[in-house]
Order: sequence, then structure tokens, then C-alpha cells
Amino acid sequence: MDHFPTNWGRPRNDAYDAYGTHPIPQRPYNGHQDAFADAVQRTQQPIVTGTSVLAIKYKDGIMMAADNLASYGSLARFKDVQRLHPVGQYTVLGAGGDMSDFQYIQHMLEQLSIDEFTCQDGHNLGPAEIHEYMSHVMYARRSKMNPLWNSLIVGGYKDGKRFLSYVDLLGTTYSASTLATGYGAYIAQPLLRKAVEGREDVLTEEEARKIIEDSMRVLFYRDARSLNKFQIATVTSVGVNISESIQLDTSWSFAEGIRGYGAQTQ
Amino acid sequence: MFRNTYDSDNTVFSPQGRLHQVEYALEAVKQGSAAVGLRSKTHSILLALKRSTGELASYQQKMYRIDDHIGIAIAGLTSDARVLSNFMRQQAMSSRMAFNRPMPVNRLVSSIADKAQVNTQEYGRRPYGVGFLVIGQDQTGPHLYEFSPSGNSYEYYAMSIGARSQSAKTYLEKHYESFPDCSLEDLIRHGLHALRETLQQDKDLSIKNTSIGIIGPSGEHEKGISPAGNFRILDGQSVDVYLKTMVPKDMSEGAVLTRAALAGLSGIVPTIVTDEDVQMAE
Amino acid sequence: MPDMTSLAHPQQRSFNPYSENGGTILAIAGADFSVIAGDTRQSEGYSIQTRYAPKVFRLTDRAVLAVNGFAADGNMFVKKVKQRLEWYRHAHSKDMPLRAIARLIQTMLYARRFFPYYVYNILGGIEEDGTGAVYSFDPVGSYEREACRAAGAAQSLVQPFLDNQIYFKNQTPALGTSHPAHLPLPTVLSIVIDSFTSATERHIEVGDGLEMYVVLAKGRNLQGLEGVRGMQELTVTDDGERVFVVRRDLKKD
Repeated sequence: MDHFPTNWGRPRNDAYDAYGTHPIPQRPYNGHQDAFADAVQRTQQPIVTGTSVLAIKYKDGIMMAADNLASYGSLARFKDVQRLHPVGQYTVLGAGGDMSDFQYIQHMLEQLSIDEFTCQDGHNLGPAEIHEYMSHVMYARRSKMNPLWNSLIVGGYKDGKRFLSYVDLLGTTYSASTLATGYGAYIAQPLLRKAVEGREDVLTEEEARKIIEDSMRVLFYRDARSLNKFQIATVTSVGVNISESIQLDTSWSFAEGIRGYGAQTQ
Repeated sequence: MFRNTYDSDNTVFSPQGRLHQVEYALEAVKQGSAAVGLRSKTHSILLALKRSTGELASYQQKMYRIDDHIGIAIAGLTSDARVLSNFMRQQAMSSRMAFNRPMPVNRLVSSIADKAQVNTQEYGRRPYGVGFLVIGQDQTGPHLYEFSPSGNSYEYYAMSIGARSQSAKTYLEKHYESFPDCSLEDLIRHGLHALRETLQQDKDLSIKNTSIGIIGPSGEHEKGISPAGNFRILDGQSVDVYLKTMVPKDMSEGAVLTRAALAGLSGIVPTIVTDEDVQMAE
Repeated sequence: MPDMTSLAHPQQRSFNPYSENGGTILAIAGADFSVIAGDTRQSEGYSIQTRYAPKVFRLTDRAVLAVNGFAADGNMFVKKVKQRLEWYRHAHSKDMPLRAIARLIQTMLYARRFFPYYVYNILGGIEEDGTGAVYSFDPVGSYEREACRAAGAAQSLVQPFLDNQIYFKNQTPALGTSHPAHLPLPTVLSIVIDSFTSATERHIEVGDGLEMYVVLAKGRNLQGLEGVRGMQELTVTDDGERVFVVRRDLKKD
């Protein structure tokens, strides 16, 4: 998992935009152009992006977290964006990557939920079905070379079973008891695995929340495209709950002692 | 040859508010050999009478597997049934592909009912000449539906379609209250008794002319059935054990009703069987 | 470091629809059995995405398919193959024979010749004549029947080992003896386990878990499989070939 959405779905290239400052203003280009490319616009790069999503399984269900920031390149552009989205009664979808593509996905799933609801026949889409559906949407779009530039985590709880699974712009899928997208895959995933693996059935909600909050704090310290304002979603037998925005206590006083930071006294 | 002025096109109502072509299509279902369906709390089953055109011919297939959790029995035009069952298989598979979910039975039945309805309304089409009994299981348990060319579909505790199916219906109506708590074996026996009612005087059920379709957990006489209780069709020798459980036909019970009497009982507009316009052999 | 903001040479930054998800698969055919195995790690670059993502799938009671390469393509391909086999069951009321599945896979792969499924397939199972068989494919459908094949991240580590242990390459039999034409099942299972523990040691993309599918020809006894730890039967029909899976842990580092 590359934490720069701009690099997703691309061959590795450190020589170009290594610090992920895209989008930079495009200058006029007068060279050769593909005539066909003008007619159809496809997503070639994400514009307004969200960073990590974290999710874990615990005793009563699953817990997911994502901050409220949508960045424009290195600019912290929108600071009150919700990146956790409830789908039906049993599922939460968390998204990193392009926020406009995510909004499109939200609309699509909203329509799907309405169609399902209007059947009124006792059958409801659970997290497993929604993940399968999303994986087909994402794979179909990548196969048309017109991807939805997101990495998504689908989590839920239905019929006494927890569900946690991942899908991204390539259609790649996997499940595990801890998942993290973007920068979280490097920073938070090791912390989550250490805290959760093998304890999925004993972790209480309080313990799970502590693990998630600690990981989000570390991400805020280390991920330049993150925000100290995030939401936590839980899905349990009770249903879906997405919290109000949370601010965490952070401590920067140690920075005073670092040479090169703040006023230099010597 | 027409029965009246209003039956040449199905988009034209008769002054009585009827669509004659649709009603003729329902006749085609009645010409097919009978099929019976029953449901308990744990199982749904189908029983069907297979016809053969002669000693040298094989018996017509009456049941089709749609998916692991859905099966159908047909009465009417076999070729129409093939088209519809193929459509059902496609629907069932696309549900598995898109959602990794077995198609809910009611939705599958509704989807073919919608398809059939189009044929009763659009110019230049004809209604399907086949009726289905659909059994299936999903999250909401075992189910039994009837589908008919008119575009109707209803769920039933027990139902029969096809030739002389009214006799079977009479049997089912007499006994249906006991079905929910029946074991699979008892349910099949009831089904066979009902199916027997549709036979002509001199005929009897045999391993050659009887098909049984089952959805639900394995019964006493079955082996190698998946724990999910997937749809299976019993033909030939495997039907024998169930035929042997049947109670010999007791003529004194007066269970055999004449067709005329049935027509009166059913309350439906009596059909004149002698009509020469509708002749659709299977 | 090159000038990162230079637009003198506009870079082609098109979307790359492929990725590579590591792992290794392997299959060995015996006289009347076939073993198809794969590790369960799924990775991208240096990140382990999950420790359990199956790469080996039971298609029928006599055919098992292993897929390796780009996981999204692999999973989709297996789904499509399974649906084709379901249509075959609808039409013929029986399972498709192994050699027919092999040809089906070829045509399905070649149909995407100019936008390939980026996956290496290995199909193992029992032929209609009761012999164990392995078919291996390249991403665009070239295939052949073999006695053994390894593919994936650690192919270059495992295949030479198999050449030596299965085909007896670079081995000379003792005077007056000859190499056996087919190895017994317990020996094959040992070779498979050794292959994966070794690949786990030397390749970072291999590890976490091992799934070994065993397909036995009709009417054969278990040939020593009964005592194997972690064995589970997956057979659906009761009168034909039998399928088993053996699950083992591999190192997770």
C-alpha cells in the first residue's frame, strides 16, 4: 500500500513527484496529443484525497476510523469531510484516495440500498455482499482503464458474524482481522496486528477504541496529510454507529528540546 | 379458427375485460402432465408425472435444477420452459457473481413473472405456454411458488399444476394443515398421493413415470446429500422406496371426483375440454 | 537526483491496471493422485496485505486450480471458470472432465490475449482414465500436461528442486536399479512441504500458511493420507474421485 494516492496504480517512479505534491498547476503543453484522449476524460490522477483508514475486529464486532481531512496535494483543503459511510443496517464503508470518486460510490451504494429496501422481502445486503459488489465495481472500472481512485475498507456485522475486507482501485481484495490503508499500512498496521491478532474474541470495545485512538495519534504525528480530528465507526449486533468528530490530546512539548525546531538558544 | 372476435391479439381486451390469449396460454399449462409441490417447515418438494409418447420413447424431463438452492417442475410447453429456466439460471448465477449471494427465491420468481407479464401486454408477442412450480430455500426458509403465463406468481403451502391438477389440489386442501410438521418421508407420501389423484383410472405411479425434487436436509433414505440440503432430483430406482410407502388406493373413499364435479367445485369458469382450437401436445 | 518538476520531457503517467501479489504455487502428479499446493500470503511490495488469502481452489471432485500473480485477476478468473463449469453441469448433468477444463482455461485466457489475466495457472487432478495429471499455463493460454510444475515468486527456487526430486535430473541410479516412474503420495507430500519451507526461508513473498489439495483417483485407498495432521475431506459426490486439503503453518517473518 503506497500512501500517496497519486502513485496508486502506477509503476514505481521515485524520480517523479517523490513527495506527492500533486496536483501542481498544469502548464500548457503543445506537443503531440492523442486525438481520442480529448474526447473522453478518465481519472488519471486523484485530485482531492483522503489518507488512511484503519479497521479492526473485536469481541462485539468491528471498529473503523478515518480522519476528517481531504487534501489537495499537500494543501489541507477540506477539514470536515466524513470518510466513513454507512451502507444498509449492517455495514460501514471507509475510503481513502479520491474523494469525488468516493462520493460517486456513496451515491451508487445509496441507490443499491434503496433498491434492496424497496423489495421488502426480508432479504438485506450484508457486509460480505456489499464487499463482493464493490470488488466487482472496482475491478470492472480498472478493466475499462477508468478506475475509481480509492482504497476501501468494508466492515460489518450480520447474523452473528464479523466481516472486514479491503478493495482498491485495481480490484485487489483481501481480508484480515486488522486492516489499514494509505500511510496507515506502514505506520498503524504493525501496531494493530500486535494489539489485535489472536485477541479478536476477547478485546472489549474500550480496549479496541484505545488501540484505534493510539494508532490515529501516531498517524497524526507522522503522516503529513492527516488531521487531529477523526471519527470512529462501530458495527455490532446493535447496528452501525458512527461517532461525532473526535479530537485527541497530542503533546508537542518535547519538540522544544529538538535542535532546529523553535527558538534556538545556543 | 377463433373462439370469438377478441382473441387474435393479446393486447386487445374483450368487452368482458379478459385477455383471451392469456387464458389460452393457461390452457396450455393444463395440457401438460401434472406437477405437485408441498412445503414443510424444513423441506420443499416437487413431484411430477412424466409422460412418454409411446413404448419406444423416453419420458419427458419434468424438473430442472436452477441453482443449488432452487429447482422447478414444469407443465406445458417444454420448449418455453427451457427458455425460462435458462433465464432463471442466468439470474441465479449473476446474483452469485455480483453479491456472492444465492438469489432470494421470491425475487427469482418475480423476475420471470415480470418477463411473462411483458408478453401479455406488448403487441406481436405471445404469452409463455408453460407454468412452473418453483421450490427453493433461502435465509427465510423453504419456499414453494407457482408461476403462470399470466404473469402471476404466488407462494403456497401446497400446490398443483397441469392436467387434472384439480384432483391433486382437492387432496392437498384436505391435508395441508398437517404438512408444516411432516417429516420428509411423510411429505413425499402426501405428494405421491396427491399426484396419484391426477392419473387416469387404469394408470398408476411407477418408477418410470414419477420424478421427485427435494430441497432441505437429507432424508432417511438418502445418502451423500450436502449439509446445505441442495436441490436434487430423484428418478427411476431411487423413487421406488417412496412409492412403496404409499397407501393403496381405496376406491370406497370416493376420492375420485369427476371432472365436471370438480369444475363446479373450483368456482373457476369451467373450461370446455372439447375445444379444438387449443391443441398443444408436449 | 533528477529535477522533479521539469516538464521538458513530459512523463507518460498512465494508469497501470496490474499489480503483483507474490506467493508461490506448485503441483505434482502421481500415478493415481495429484497434489496441488500454494502458500496463503498475499503481499504488495514489502507489505503483507494478509496472511490468509487462498490461491488454490477446488473446482470439481476431480479438478483443483491454483492461480498466482495479480490477485484481482486470479480471483475473477477462478470465479469465471467456476461459472462455466456450472453451466456445463446444467447442460450435461455431470462434472467437466479434467482435460476439458484445461482446454477451457486455455480459451478463456487466450480470449484476453491483448489485455491478459496476469496470472499463472496450474490445474491438477485426475483424468478420465484415472491417472493423476498436472496442466500448467502461461498468462495467455499456452499449456501442456506435465508431471510437476512450480510457478510464482519462488518458481526459480522450487522448480530446480522438483526437477531433481521428481524427474531425477542430475541423479544416476545405483548400478542395476532405475528411478521409479511415479512417487508414492507420502513422499510427494514431503517434497511439497520441503519446497514451501525452503521457499519461505529464502523468499520474502512466501510464507504464513500452506494449503495442499490432494485428489485421489476413484476407488483408491488413502495411501497413507489418513494419518496426516490437519487433513480435511472436501469431496461432494460419493461415487468418484475424492478431494482433500491439508493445511499447515509456514513461518510468518
